[in-house]
Amino acid sequence: MLFTLFWTFFKIGLFTFGGGYAMIPFINNYAVEKHKWITDDEFLDIIAIAESTPGPIAINSATYIGHKVKGILGSFFATLGVALPSLIIIVLIATFFMQVKDNVYVEYAFKGIRVGVGVLVLNAAIRMYKKLDKNWLSYLLILIGFTLVIFEWLSVLYVIAIGGVIGIIAQILKVRGDQL
Amino acid sequence: MTLRLLIELLFTFFKIGLFTFGGGYAMIPLITEEVTNKGWLDYAQIFDFIAISESTPGPFAINIATFVGYTQGTDFWTGLSGAIMATIGVILPSFIIIIIIAKAFHRFADNKYVIGFLKGVKPIIVGVITSVAISFLLKSIFSLEVTDFNNFEFKWETLFIFIVVFSMTKIWKKVHPVFVVLLSGIMGLVIYGLILV
Repeated sequence: MLFTLFWTFFKIGLFTFGGGYAMIPFINNYAVEKHKWITDDEFLDIIAIAESTPGPIAINSATYIGHKVKGILGSFFATLGVALPSLIIIVLIATFFMQVKDNVYVEYAFKGIRVGVGVLVLNAAIRMYKKLDKNWLSYLLILIGFTLVIFEWLSVLYVIAIGGVIGIIAQILKVRGDQL
Repeated sequence: MTLRLLIELLFTFFKIGLFTFGGGYAMIPLITEEVTNKGWLDYAQIFDFIAISESTPGPFAINIATFVGYTQGTDFWTGLSGAIMATIGVILPSFIIIIIIAKAFHRFADNKYVIGFLKGVKPIIVGVITSVAISFLLKSIFSLEVTDFNNFEFKWETLFIFIVVFSMTKIWKKVHPVFVVLLSGIMGLVIYGLILV
């Protein structure tokens, strides 16, 4: 059973390109439909939990499903499985990349690619913006986050923490307001 | 690679893992700040690596932790130790938190403080990521540091690549990131290798 967990998540890690959300259909396919480790409802719970806890969704769901199947050992093997393909592939690529990075053509290509990645990051921001609840507080927080970081006034870590604290205070005030 | 560096990799990536909400790209601002402050990679290397990560399988967080850890080594084995330490670091916060939730706190996502926390964190991260993207694009298009307006130099070719790639992602909405990397790479090759030589 532990090996099945490991192997399943190894495959999930190996075939997911482009990060967390691309992984959701694979996890659903293997963990819900094929192995029946979790139900549909539990799967939705896991996504909600993964979204509300720090860390990559792949690790969060591997840890959770592993725990459901076989406790902490299950978590360990599922997480190991999902992380291992990246570890192996990136170490190989890094070795290769270090050798070719000073090649002049690779440099030309990467000068272009950097701009492309700038676009990808910008699009990620736009995508996340579209998913937000829009109200005056969220607009204000976007502005605060943008200003503090672009002028390098405050470390990103503190900026994120400030967002969390303001969010909790706003939620408490809202609950109080609703009760009045 | 010293033991000190290994512990620093573990600790730094633990911090990065702990403060990342909402998946891969949300991690970029914090990684950029931590990794450049430590002198492990520079801005351009991080963006190069985002391209590599988008074109290889696996979650971005694990990929970048492995890459940063590996590149700090002096040979294969020290690099591998660095990669393993950084990867353990970035995984550990999730692992611990999820096990606690799975054991004792099933309705975690419905908790009012959790909801409030995320309502604050999500918009502020949108602002933070936007600022990272914009300051990087400004740097590459105008050689412009936001905190230093004196060194202004317009680079038309970068602006051209930006406009083409950005329009493509807006017209063809489902375009896979690998195509963005390919297209901008080919444009870089043609522009810098053939036109501007």
